[in-house]
Amino acid sequence: MAEFVDITDVVCPVTFVKVKVALEELDDGQELQIRLNGGEPVQNVPRSIKEEGHQVLKLTQNEDGTYNLLVRKEGD
Amino acid sequence: MPPDYKALKNGGFMRQVQKNCFSLRLKVVGGNLTAEQLCVIAEISRKYGRGTVHLTSRQGVEIPFIKLDDVERVRTELAEGGVDTGVCGPRVRTVTACQGRAICPGGCIETYPLAEAISERYFGRALPHKFKFGVVGCVNNCLKAEENDIGIKGGYAVSWLPEKCTLCGVCVPACRENAIAIDGGGLSMDDTRCNHCGRCVKSCPFDAWSGEPVYLLSFGGTFGNLIAKGEAILPILHTEEEIFRASDAALAFFDQYGKPGERFRVSIEREGWASFQKYITEAVYG
Repeated sequence: MAEFVDITDVVCPVTFVKVKVALEELDDGQELQIRLNGGEPVQNVPRSIKEEGHQVLKLTQNEDGTYNLLVRKEGD
Repeated sequence: MPPDYKALKNGGFMRQVQKNCFSLRLKVVGGNLTAEQLCVIAEISRKYGRGTVHLTSRQGVEIPFIKLDDVERVRTELAEGGVDTGVCGPRVRTVTACQGRAICPGGCIETYPLAEAISERYFGRALPHKFKFGVVGCVNNCLKAEENDIGIKGGYAVSWLPEKCTLCGVCVPACRENAIAIDGGGLSMDDTRCNHCGRCVKSCPFDAWSGEPVYLLSFGGTFGNLIAKGEAILPILHTEEEIFRASDAALAFFDQYGKPGERFRVSIEREGWASFQKYITEAVYG
């Protein structure tokens, strides 16, 4: 079962900061489910996670217009 | 005999309000200077100016308050320190550039080598009026390509690699042009909407989008007395060779049709955009 973090209550750049903090809590290979808003967060957060070297797995849109992003923590 | 102000200006020494003082424009390509060059500039400014420099609107550096009597000494000492003087007047000016993909995560093309190559080929070339080139690394366009006589903007020509794609969905909202859709039938892309920003390539977690660096050119931009945006009259270009065929032709056109003291755009407008477009297109594609 993936850990979960909701970043719909914050704006850039805190969105990514919250994700980073959540990822730091995990072991390599563990998955994190992120709930994020459309617009800027969904355009930028997946790319930032990729640039940090983690594996983005799946993005799905929720009925309320938010998104769920599933990522896997990768080691250095 | 009075000093030849015109010759001084052409060589980058610009007459100031203060008698016998000149603001010396230096040659800077793409806003890129080494620490050593900065030290030399600082030293010259302290020794011959008033210990200040001015950063120009086109990424250049000027050292004000150089005295007429010191002009030759300053030129020599700068050259010895690896700093060239700039130009002014009716000729090809400083080539500007952002840092491009060598530095910036948004960049799609290598801007510095391209700016250097353009400067090498055209810098200082005499024309009917001033002529500006600018190179930007991506469609974010931080350095405003379209305000130049010739603007070169980098982008990606993208292609989807189905064998690598997991249909994860990240690229769909990453694309601000809504060119990408995923439905029951898989992924589809509307090429007519693509603006070559490369966000799909940069965001894809599985490298299922590949991006080939390409160039979007604009012509006839000007942002002084006359304000007008450069026009994109060519399809995307794929090689530096094509860029140079286009810009060689643009400069030849200006030489042929430009009247002294008129900007490139004015010459284009008098001859007509359609005939200019034909002229450049034939030069690029034969």
